[in-house]
Amino acid sequence: MGPFVPDLISDQLNLVVALLLGIGFGFVLEQAGFSSSRRLAGVFYGYDFTVLRVFFTAAVTAMSGVLLLGYFGLLDTEAIYVNPTWLVPAIVGGAIMGVGFILGGYCPGTSVCAAAIGKVDGMFFVGGGILGVFAFGEFYPLYHNFYESTSLGPIKVFDSLGISQGLFAFLLIAIAVGAFAVTSMIEKRVDKTSAPALAFKSYKHITAGSLVLALGILFIFLPDRKTHLIDKVSNANYVATHSTKGMEIDELAFRIVDAEPNIRIIDIRTPEAFAKLALPGSVNIQLRDFFSKDWIIPFSQRHVKKVIVGDSESQERIAYLLLQELGYENLAILQGGFDGFNKSILDGSAFVPTGSRWDGDVKQFREQARTDILKKIEANKNKGIKVLKVEKKIQGGC
Amino acid sequence: MKTKYMNPYLAAFFLGLVLLATIFITGRGLGASGAIKSIVVATVDGVAPTHAESSSFYGTYVGPGKDNPLKSWLVFEVIGVVIGGFISGLVSDRLKIVTESGPKVSRNVRWLFAAIGGALFGIGAQFARGCTSGAALSGMAVLSTAGFITMIAIFGTGYAVAYFGRKLWL
Repeated sequence: MGPFVPDLISDQLNLVVALLLGIGFGFVLEQAGFSSSRRLAGVFYGYDFTVLRVFFTAAVTAMSGVLLLGYFGLLDTEAIYVNPTWLVPAIVGGAIMGVGFILGGYCPGTSVCAAAIGKVDGMFFVGGGILGVFAFGEFYPLYHNFYESTSLGPIKVFDSLGISQGLFAFLLIAIAVGAFAVTSMIEKRVDKTSAPALAFKSYKHITAGSLVLALGILFIFLPDRKTHLIDKVSNANYVATHSTKGMEIDELAFRIVDAEPNIRIIDIRTPEAFAKLALPGSVNIQLRDFFSKDWIIPFSQRHVKKVIVGDSESQERIAYLLLQELGYENLAILQGGFDGFNKSILDGSAFVPTGSRWDGDVKQFREQARTDILKKIEANKNKGIKVLKVEKKIQGGC
Repeated sequence: MKTKYMNPYLAAFFLGLVLLATIFITGRGLGASGAIKSIVVATVDGVAPTHAESSSFYGTYVGPGKDNPLKSWLVFEVIGVVIGGFISGLVSDRLKIVTESGPKVSRNVRWLFAAIGGALFGIGAQFARGCTSGAALSGMAVLSTAGFITMIAIFGTGYAVAYFGRKLWL
């Protein structure tokens, strides 16, 4: 499951990967004709829309790939870098770059590519870029506050627009295909003899456009994998037809007292409830976080029993079925939920003599367990709540 | 005779795959302006280290315990772009020292405006946290709001001011 950085690929090796991917990037940019400033500037004057074609096609290809890989669980889309938004600086910076595009005829990536094949104007552009960043750095205190203003974090565009991810993907594809058709017509009108669009056979492009649109329509109906799986296991029918294994309160208490290593307590209650009172050694995970690849190794150990603790058994059952759906084994739900455990063991209020001759033993065991477990909880509090999940931030951006 | 450029849709499909591979393998996108920033930071740090460390801009990247700014992902990626662009120019027979400009523009004017355009990109890319590749293209691929805003701002402004720059290209 991707991404492979930083787990499988170290920071050092990542630089080699960067070099190789850069070679691919530079090669396709040059092949697309992006090493020519006249060609790049053409997008603004109607004689050559190559930039638009390449830009939108590449963005749609990569976006579709990310969505599909995410859907099939091959890419952890929560782990990838999403460029954070600083709203006004992004608009102002983009506007400055737009002027730079008209005057310079390149953008940074394409200028490097142009310089690589000997375009002197490309080299001047790169040199200008260095001076521009230097100027920005030297006068930075003047606009430091503006630079940091309107920070909105790594927000996603479909959330900003208030629509679903799939609908947005479809709209983007539809806009791209529409723009390709319209710009080809403009191009042919501006230059009737040698417009680049004349090289395209219409029927091939209509076919390609239709296929891409079909993919877009598919995206509307393709829920993201998390929502899909959570919906599936939450369905009453699904819950009724799939059995779950349970663990009794006393058994869990015994195992905690015994400090048994082959048990992992997964607490699915809210972080607030977890912070207030939690079983020793338990980890707090929300349903949507079960998909994270951080859990693959700790949850895949078959000899370790994963005990799910929640507010109610029905909530625990959904988490159980989700983990099972994700391929994890040796699971159990805590019978009676966290509340039951709390009442039976931690405050002892639920002890009802059954009249059996074991009553005394049970009572004695529970009292012993209570002091023991409370002691462990106290000791854990002093250590601070241990969070198993390691924050791994992927660095990105320019 | 120079080889024709690849069909732009096909080239763009490959470009999309390179970007997808980058996201899949490394979890981050492609970029370009970040490498230029690293070069500037490294140069300033080399020439005037105390100035660099005390600056609130360069200071984030240099100082005790920090790696050389040139040892960054984007610097290696851009070295790759140079190599990849060169290989492409070689196989398609497009390697040539030449200045490309609009029909009515002299060589020196073209150089001047190329440098000005580069400088504007250098400044704009700092505010937008990336350029056409790092902010717009890579941002769009991961559906980041910033990616779309930057893209619209770059191309929208380009069209808005294209009229004033027409003598450079038409």
